[in-house]
Amino acid sequence: MEIFWYIAIAVVLTVFFILDGYDFGAGIIHLFFAKEEKDKEVITKSAGLFWDSNEVWLVAAGGMLFMAFPTFYASVFSGFYLPLIIVLWLIIFRAIGLEFRGQFKYQMWKDIWDASFGVSSLLLALFFGIALGNIVRGVNLGSVENGVSAHEGHYFFLPLWDSSFSPLTDHPGVIDWFTIIIGLISVVTLAIHGANWVILKTNSSINNKLKSVIFKLNIALAMLTVFSLIVWQMVNPDSLDNFIQKPYLMIFPVIYLTGLIGLFFIKKIKKDSHAFVLSTLLIVGGITSSLASLFPVILPSVNDTHEHLSIYNTAAPEYGLSVALSWGIIGFILIFIYMIVQKRLMGGKIDNMDYGH
Amino acid sequence: MEDMIFYDRLQFAFTITFHYIFPQLTMGLSLMIVYFKWKFLRTKIEKYNNAAKFFMKIFAINFTMGVVTGIPMEFQFGTNWAKFSELTGSIIGQTLAMEGMFSFFLESSFLALFIFGEKLMGQKLHFLTGFLVFLGSWASGWFILATNAWMQNPVGYEILENGKFVLNNFSELFTNPWLLPAFLHNQMGSVVTSAFVMASIGAFYILRNKHSEYGRLFLKTGVVFGLVSSVLVAFPTGDWNAKNVAKYQPGTFAAMEGIFETEEAGAEIVLIGQPNMVDKKLDNKIAVPNILSFLTYQEWDKQIPGMDQFEEDELPDNVPALYYAYHIMVGLGTIFIGVMALALFFLWRKRLYNMKPLLWTIMFLVPFPYIANITGWYTAELGRQPYLVYGLLRTSDGISPTVSSGNTLFTLLGFVGLYMLLGLLFLVLVGKTINQGPISQKH
Repeated sequence: MEIFWYIAIAVVLTVFFILDGYDFGAGIIHLFFAKEEKDKEVITKSAGLFWDSNEVWLVAAGGMLFMAFPTFYASVFSGFYLPLIIVLWLIIFRAIGLEFRGQFKYQMWKDIWDASFGVSSLLLALFFGIALGNIVRGVNLGSVENGVSAHEGHYFFLPLWDSSFSPLTDHPGVIDWFTIIIGLISVVTLAIHGANWVILKTNSSINNKLKSVIFKLNIALAMLTVFSLIVWQMVNPDSLDNFIQKPYLMIFPVIYLTGLIGLFFIKKIKKDSHAFVLSTLLIVGGITSSLASLFPVILPSVNDTHEHLSIYNTAAPEYGLSVALSWGIIGFILIFIYMIVQKRLMGGKIDNMDYGH
Repeated sequence: MEDMIFYDRLQFAFTITFHYIFPQLTMGLSLMIVYFKWKFLRTKIEKYNNAAKFFMKIFAINFTMGVVTGIPMEFQFGTNWAKFSELTGSIIGQTLAMEGMFSFFLESSFLALFIFGEKLMGQKLHFLTGFLVFLGSWASGWFILATNAWMQNPVGYEILENGKFVLNNFSELFTNPWLLPAFLHNQMGSVVTSAFVMASIGAFYILRNKHSEYGRLFLKTGVVFGLVSSVLVAFPTGDWNAKNVAKYQPGTFAAMEGIFETEEAGAEIVLIGQPNMVDKKLDNKIAVPNILSFLTYQEWDKQIPGMDQFEEDELPDNVPALYYAYHIMVGLGTIFIGVMALALFFLWRKRLYNMKPLLWTIMFLVPFPYIANITGWYTAELGRQPYLVYGLLRTSDGISPTVSSGNTLFTLLGFVGLYMLLGLLFLVLVGKTINQGPISQKH
């Protein structure tokens, strides 16, 4: 039952990163590549029409995590207190950027909210990558100092950074050179994904240019990926064990590689939706490979005093999980139906759709 | 330790107060939008359809605000109340996760379709999407109230040796005797807010002599909905809730009614007075004898325990705040019934649209239903103190063990600053929408 909810939450989180990922990515593209007002407007619209229904997936993931793995929820949310609250603030800034930009016609007004939307999107992409980096690297559970625990073994508190900026110390911070690399991978991946979204959903004048941007970003992504695999081994030496013991898990890195390789042919791909599928594969493969390398652990401990947090020592008891299974299945079916209805009515290019209430 | 708890509580109180400005409007307004849309389907008069679309614009702005201020609420269970989350997550996580699955997806998917899809769908389907938005927003209220009802009156649980609360009966979460009265009271409260907002916009249009046709429609609809909901919020739902508090949280009941000493027979109802916590009495008291006993138990001489019957550490830790919150809510609720009854009377006599003093009053009353709703929630939440889970888990035992007070103060200040900006932008945007009016042809 723990495994079912683990998979369910992983799916919901992945869907969140695919969906909200494209509007984060659109924000990054908007920040760096949109120069003309018409393009800025249409890119904002391509995110603005969808962001709130996309962020519902984050709320759903949070709720399910709370219900199924309350100890993990409590530990991680309080341990990453500062970065999480900052993420909340960025989410708010991004949303007001999207919602307020079109309200007045003054250029200065638009510039302010463009910056708010673009910069928060960029930082959010970075922070989500850093979060993944922290989960892979592990934390000082129990805040152990010289063999003495300051808290119960499933609690911790991370500062934003430790003066060494190294993932290899006994008490790493949120930001170190390893998590920054994962953060950059996240930024590049979502920028590619967002560019594909813009091409797919709009007739912006930079669509052609964006294809070569994707190509260049993909080169950077390939180099970052190779580099991160090497340092990943230094930070978490057990990360390959799962793949060696259960070779079928290799499907996840293969998904990632398919996306990565496929995107090198971006200029030859005829259908824009195919390119979007490829960047979706990047996100799916990236998240699932990271989770698979840790399974069943969900937050490693960097000290020997306290055991890793896994899905087994943080889960809610059996009865609650199985009751939730019955309503969860109904819920998933309903969500699936809404998505189909919405897709049918709001598919296609959005340039001429009314926006701005 | 003390200031850690204080900042955690203050941050939650501040962020939830600000958040609840928005859902209380959207829940009530969605009902009224469905009403307009239904009227349009029946009568085919374009005015009703424009009214529905106009209020859906206001709804959408509030919905956005509700989403961005709502995500921090869910996160804060974990960030600031980690111990509480760890101990009770397997129970209240159920209702919170269900809220995400069954209401937010419904609400957000069909809101987009309502706003953008009218031409694609045809009128019947458009009505249906509006109805589904209403359903989603009320379902959200239902699940949040189910969560809160469990904290007020825990049911269907057992406590393990390590202190964790474990669910052993799922259906009891929804048959909790606390839930239905609290839900109906809360929903009626949100209809009061939206009715007053609608009436206020109507009064504004009439007084300004702009969009007057819509002004009259909004005022009329707002007054009718406003009177019905203001009555329902007091009786039976408010009455029902008060009886629940007396039954399940007698110490809280004594504190919110301001009863310091138990009287031999029959408790008085306090209308005015200031709790004096040093001398344990009410200063400047005006009270009517025996009424409280009658209202609560329908017996004039029934004894109601005062605060003297309870241990100090079992009573709410801020009696004056609880007492004022409760009395402000009740006082405002009474005024709402009076004003709306008067307005309905003049509407019936066909004189309302020319009665400037009453129109001005209705226009400026708009903040007060918000205050009433929020003080109502303060009554529930301050009344539950000093517990998070009534009688079982103390507030001081629920905070995050590793987050220092300095960090919480930092984020609290950040939220205050950010929400000021957000509130300002919200007012500008709503003001602009109202000023444009329902028949703007700009798009």
